[in-house]
Amino acid sequence: MSSPLAQYLIVSAALFSIGLAGALIRRNAVLVLIGIELMLNAANLNFIAFWRYGKNPQALAGIMFVIFSIAVAAAEAAVGLALIIAIYRHYKTTQVDKIDRMRG
Amino acid sequence: MHWSFYIVAGLTIGSAIAAMSLRNIVHCALLLTVTFAGLALLYLQLNAQFVALAQMLIYIGAVAILIVFAILLTRSSETTGDSPLSLAGVVSGVLIALAAFVTLARAVASSALIRQASPAPVPASVRQIGQELMKNYVLPLEIVALLLTAALIGAAVIALQERRRSE
Repeated sequence: MSSPLAQYLIVSAALFSIGLAGALIRRNAVLVLIGIELMLNAANLNFIAFWRYGKNPQALAGIMFVIFSIAVAAAEAAVGLALIIAIYRHYKTTQVDKIDRMRG
Repeated sequence: MHWSFYIVAGLTIGSAIAAMSLRNIVHCALLLTVTFAGLALLYLQLNAQFVALAQMLIYIGAVAILIVFAILLTRSSETTGDSPLSLAGVVSGVLIALAAFVTLARAVASSALIRQASPAPVPASVRQIGQELMKNYVLPLEIVALLLTAALIGAAVIALQERRRSE
């Protein structure tokens, strides 16, 4: 476990697990979204670590993938928070286990 | 490995754990910003300066502010905190996350790919990244532009819908 790539991968796995635990445990919808953001960031860290210690870093594929991933994550955060605000206007709560009807 | 890696990694993971376990949601959002900053520092250590800058601009500058706005807009007076789940729910959630971590860590530890020697860092200048974006990745770039436009319009439509109906 002395290789630097392995250490970055362990950090990334820990971040992913923390995000997963948060998305499973917390009941506020905003905090569930924060957990999902943490998992996405862990994936980005993996991409950059594999780019840095990979066989062909001249191709810049890892950096390109992370740039597009950040853009998609920003779009996901905007739409997700807009959905949470719309749900809050309707139900007056953001606790995910109280939102149990699909029709208004 | 340099000692600064352990400091930054400890800061990132510690603030992530705190962001997921504190009761006050505003504190959670602020600690999430610390986690994003720690990730930007990790990118800097991995010689990916452009990605670190993008992480700071987009995550710390935009996503964290967006999350704080969402928290303040959806905070009612009676439920400022997050009522916790039952003990069984918390225990099962933590167990599932621990199982995922153990699986990933065992996979990392048993992989032969990671034991090879680490190569010298390759510089990735902004000029190189821009040329790649304009040459090989121009179609994904346009698709991302379309996606961001659609997401922006969609988010505005979703968030404004209720008010328009009530008027």
